[in-house]
Amino acid sequence: MSLLLPSIINGLTTGAIYALVALGLTLIYGVLHIINFAHGSLLMLALYAAFFAKTLLGLDPYAALPVLLLGFFALGYALQRWVIDWASHGRDQNILLVTLGLALVIDNLALFFWTSTTRTIDVPYAFEVVDLGVALVPLPRAIAFVGALVLAALLWALVGWTDLGKAIRAVAREKEGARLVGIRVEHIYAMSFGIGTACVAAAACLLLPTFYVTPQVGYAFVLVAFTTVVLGGMGSFLGALVGGLLLGVVEALCGLFLGESLGQIGIFALFILVLLLRPTGLFGARLA
Amino acid sequence: MLDVVVVEAGYGAMPVLRGVTLKVGIGEIVAVLGANGAGKTTLNRTISGLVRASAGRILFAGDDITRAAPDQIVAAGIAHVPEGRRIFPNLTVRENLDLGSYRRGRARRAANLERALTVFPRLAERLGQSAGTLSGGEQQMLAIARGLMSEPILLILDEPSLGLSPRLVEEMFELIARIREAGVAVLLVEQNVVQSLEIADRAYVLERGAVSLEGKAATLAADPKLKKSYLGM
Ligand SMILES: Nc1ncnc2c1ncn2[C@@H]1O[C@H](COP(=O)(O)OP(=O)(O)OP(=O)(O)O)[C@@H](O)[C@H]1O
Ligand SMILES: [Mg+2]
Repeated sequence: MSLLLPSIINGLTTGAIYALVALGLTLIYGVLHIINFAHGSLLMLALYAAFFAKTLLGLDPYAALPVLLLGFFALGYALQRWVIDWASHGRDQNILLVTLGLALVIDNLALFFWTSTTRTIDVPYAFEVVDLGVALVPLPRAIAFVGALVLAALLWALVGWTDLGKAIRAVAREKEGARLVGIRVEHIYAMSFGIGTACVAAAACLLLPTFYVTPQVGYAFVLVAFTTVVLGGMGSFLGALVGGLLLGVVEALCGLFLGESLGQIGIFALFILVLLLRPTGLFGARLA
Repeated sequence: MLDVVVVEAGYGAMPVLRGVTLKVGIGEIVAVLGANGAGKTTLNRTISGLVRASAGRILFAGDDITRAAPDQIVAAGIAHVPEGRRIFPNLTVRENLDLGSYRRGRARRAANLERALTVFPRLAERLGQSAGTLSGGEQQMLAIARGLMSEPILLILDEPSLGLSPRLVEEMFELIARIREAGVAVLLVEQNVVQSLEIADRAYVLERGAVSLEGKAATLAADPKLKKSYLGM
């Protein structure tokens, strides 16, 4: 039983990252009403960016975070505005296919340039721990947890209180009304996609010190992120946050009781259960 | 101030406006009447940039806004309160009003909010309420208040009395008169012919996408052709 609490705490630290990735996905879903299939690929790309920032420039992932945040925001903005929107002619089913196509292109370019070698970085604080009294938490995991929650809070404030956030929520539900108050809907779409992409960049920087990167690394996360978004209720902000944390804990506990390699079984079992019992997700309130 | 010059517009290949010419002067109330499907809403949407004019020109305060985007038209001082209100149901009343000054009038948001709430005291009691839960009449008030938040020079109202009880309709027309007294010109699309002509300075009758009758509101009110034209017979 002495393993239970550390396991839950461990799960919460992973869950915070899941939540951050899911927040980006749910924001994009809530506004554009599409599932962004490229989300995992963008996470992978951000992990490589953080990896090369460390190995080539000697920049610590935490120091690289603000830079990557802005860079990936710009990348996401540009992708939506000048690739996805342009290639899909504004039709939802096309957007879906375009994001899927983007994912394939990004994944295979990564495979081509960087091969499927698993890469990790060495950081001096990798084995430092924080003593919580009841459990020892590796320092990078504690930073990831706090960092993810702080970013989630910032995102929540942005969406809740700024004019941009109000415009994002307005566009999510009433495009024509938004146009009539002078909101440029295409710009808001791109801002949402950019912010959603910035979320994965932040997640990548928080993740890399305790994780690895390969061209396929995005899949595991995006699958969990999809689950989180459905679990929390499509487009629900709080749902993504709580759902992410919950899935992290479920995974850790299943790992504890069923064995490390079976940890994710719990996630998908929970997913199926929610779909059967409460298909609208755990939270009614949505972004839209 | 607003000059619509032989404008044609439509949806896809289907023409709706077939050469509409109309003017709104500074501080004027101009009524646009017409049967269902005559193209009144399309005219409003073309002025505010939601629908592209395929021919003709639209001038506002000396600028050509024919090809301008909706946000530029809002910035120029035209607020369009659309048919069906188009408020943001998932936002609070307060947030809806804030977004009214998203593009224009942001610097004086607090003062304009104050003013809008004195005009619509019902909204003041409901600032924190989600707009989708307002009654139909309250939603209409919110839509107009949101339009006023951008300090418009010209306010376009598309059937503001639709779905309101007779008493609220009365209130609505008084309100439109008050808006004009504050110096805002109003382009008013209405089914309430008699009341519209009472408060309007001038009026146009639209018939199958073209102006069939125009003139001083008082003159039109007495015109036997109006009824014929309006009913499209
Ligand atoms: N989005 C659209 N796509 C295709 N046709 C449209 C569209 N909107 C309007 N129309 C058509 O254009 C014509 C004019 O419509 P419009 O809404 O401008 O009329 P209106 O004068 O406002 O009518 P009402 O009094 O019923 O509001 C109608 O025949 C309508 O069917
Ligand atoms: Mg109409």
